Amino acid sequence: MSDAADQPVEDVANKVDEGALGAFASGVDTSVDYPLQVEGLEKSFGGITAVDGATFEVESGTLTGLIGPNGAGKSTTFNLITGMLKPDAGTVTFNGEDITGEEPHQIANRGMVRTFQIARELSEMTVLENMMLAPKHQRGEALWRSVMPGVRDDVREQEEELLERVWEVLDFFDIAHIAEEYAGNLSGGQRKLLEMARALLTDPDMLLLDEPFAGVNPTLEKKLLEHVHELREQGYTFLLVEHDMDLIMNNCEHVIVLHQGSVLTEGTPDEIRSNEEVIEAYLGGNV
Amino acid sequence: MSVRDDFTDRIPGGDAGLIVLVLLATYLAYVLAGFVLGYTLRGQLNSIATLTFYIGVFAMLSLALNLHWGYTGLFNIGIVGFMAVGVYVTAIVTKPTYVAGGAAQVGGLGLPLWVGILAGMLAAALLGLVVALPALRLRADYLAIVTIAMSEIVRFSFLSGELQQFQLFGNRVGFGGGSGLILDFAPPLEALLRGVGLWDAYLGFVDAFQVVVPRNPKPVVDGLIYGLLLLGFVAAFYWLLKRTGESPFGRVLKAIREDEDVANALGKNTDRFKIKSFMLGCALMGLAGILWLVPQGAVTPNFFRPRVTFFVWIALIIGGAGSNTGSVLGGAVFAAVLYQGPRYFQNLVTAVFPNFDSPSGFGQAISPLISQFDPVPFLLYTVDSIRQLQLVVMGLVLIWLMHNRPEGMLGYRKETASVIPLSRPKSMTADGGDDDSVRTDGGVDAAAEGGETDE
Ligand SMILES: Nc1ncnc2c1ncn2[C@@H]1O[C@H](COP(=O)(O)OP(=O)(O)O)[C@@H](O)[C@H]1O
Ligand SMILES: [Mg+2]
Repeated sequence: MSDAADQPVEDVANKVDEGALGAFASGVDTSVDYPLQVEGLEKSFGGITAVDGATFEVESGTLTGLIGPNGAGKSTTFNLITGMLKPDAGTVTFNGEDITGEEPHQIANRGMVRTFQIARELSEMTVLENMMLAPKHQRGEALWRSVMPGVRDDVREQEEELLERVWEVLDFFDIAHIAEEYAGNLSGGQRKLLEMARALLTDPDMLLLDEPFAGVNPTLEKKLLEHVHELREQGYTFLLVEHDMDLIMNNCEHVIVLHQGSVLTEGTPDEIRSNEEVIEAYLGGNV
Repeated sequence: MSVRDDFTDRIPGGDAGLIVLVLLATYLAYVLAGFVLGYTLRGQLNSIATLTFYIGVFAMLSLALNLHWGYTGLFNIGIVGFMAVGVYVTAIVTKPTYVAGGAAQVGGLGLPLWVGILAGMLAAALLGLVVALPALRLRADYLAIVTIAMSEIVRFSFLSGELQQFQLFGNRVGFGGGSGLILDFAPPLEALLRGVGLWDAYLGFVDAFQVVVPRNPKPVVDGLIYGLLLLGFVAAFYWLLKRTGESPFGRVLKAIREDEDVANALGKNTDRFKIKSFMLGCALMGLAGILWLVPQGAVTPNFFRPRVTFFVWIALIIGGAGSNTGSVLGGAVFAAVLYQGPRYFQNLVTAVFPNFDSPSGFGQAISPLISQFDPVPFLLYTVDSIRQLQLVVMGLVLIWLMHNRPEGMLGYRKETASVIPLSRPKSMTADGGDDDSVRTDGGVDAAAEGGETDE
């Protein structure tokens, strides 16, 4: 994992803090500490308002939890942040820049990558192909470079470098033994591992994980969590959707509670735990 | 893992060996049938040349379609439209300029054939771009509707009286309407040989061929050599598309085929990849069309009916979408068995029953079968209408394939989309050996996932 760890977010943050940008506008400071800022996000599908003015920030280098009962709008919020859906209103700011309405690939290239609630492996590709796909700026993605004799050797060189990284990440996630397997043949838990590993290979600053532990057995869940913590220590920022309260409470520094499309409350796990509104929301609200 | 897979694994030379084997078997069958028919050597050579020609064009088309469908998941059912544009643009660029009183109603720009071919390919690619830009952003099936509509629009445009003739760069050119265009310029083989200065040598070779085929050997030799040239083009297509597929570019195409949203979420500008893949495939379809029709000496819009598109689809499905080797094989098998085969079979049957007149109507054909259990008239009737039945046979083959082998002969051979083999680099130890390892034991997955994994 050494490669990805080469550029922890703190480094970038410090640079900007001390540099001209920090002096230029103090307002930018918050965007540095809070790489992701979501303001007044709204989205409705026909009659259903899935996200209704959600506003929150995610602090750099933290593992932030986003919880809420089923249907609270968590996945839709993810889709809005990552450009898979366009919001009806509101803004998304990443690293101080307005990214509202950008295409998913643009946002991914800015360093924010997501995983899907239902793992979306590329079935008819091997685990290795899935992984090799992810890294950014691959020279061979230009058709002419991949085809032209001579130039293709450059591509080959880069492929060799990528392959080493891919195997390192496979080892890190302990899925090297299924490397040659077609992704469609993996178990549910293995698909989740593959998704997270693949997302990491894009060298993101921030990862949005949508219920990465759903359908994952307890042993594997523990392992995945260890990975997440380890990566967070290396400087990655995480926004984690989960509807299992205990898991969030035991692992996140900061918790945001989403209810009916807007933020009900947020705070440390202890604050959330003692918040009656949250308990109500989870127990079915104002019945 | 069926028996068939084991069989293909045992063929020496792998996939290339398989292709050669299938080609040899096909040619052998044709030559044997030729003997039964009492063909002269000239007849045999001609039938081999024709067979090679169709194997060549269908293999090229099926390779190009494999890039669209097998690799990128783009549902193009307007193949023949791109072929048509390739051929017509080549014709307009290459035809000699108009002279009043000449045989041709319209002229062209009078440029060399290679310029015409490049222009034809470019035009097909640009038409691909125009079609793809709006359709690719919509759901996948829109592309299907748009492409087939486009191919019919193209055909009707070439048929139209309005465009029969018009002025281009001060030259009287046109599409010739329903009567089409005379391609009054040197065919590709001659143009190529003249271009490389081998034309006289070739004529000498043709003369020498009189030892084998005494009278007028040129058409025979032309056919055979052009067949070889087409196989050379198939090899070039294969080379190009294999490199395209086995690369980071091809990896993104494959990912788009599997799940476009995922590729997009991983930072790939999928629209751009789809457009590039689509344009490249369209250019190759244009080239295949040019190589098919320009040697015929004339072209009419009616050739470009949608059935040609479906022929190519059948070829690809037989061979197996997703595999370049399968595409070549599918093209060859389609050309030999389904396209040329029935005509050959018809000749065979009429040679075996030379004295029978086939019945003229269905009633006459069926009544002996019912009253006297005499199947011969019915058989002859069937054979007599084999050209019409050809499409039915193709349909049946498709249905059979869908039920029994939806992945085709070599489909889902899953040619790995990378420049290098993806096995663990030798420089790395088996368990990675990195310091930051969090694995406590290697058995977690195996134990935890239980029997869910396959191997
Ligand atoms: N594409 C869609 N079309 C229509 N309704 C949707 C769509 N996506 C989500 N919804 C609705 O929006 C609400 C929020 O869904 P979602 O964001 O998936 O919730 P969560 O992830 O918190 O369980 C639900 O009522 C869901 O039915
Ligand atoms: Mg959800």
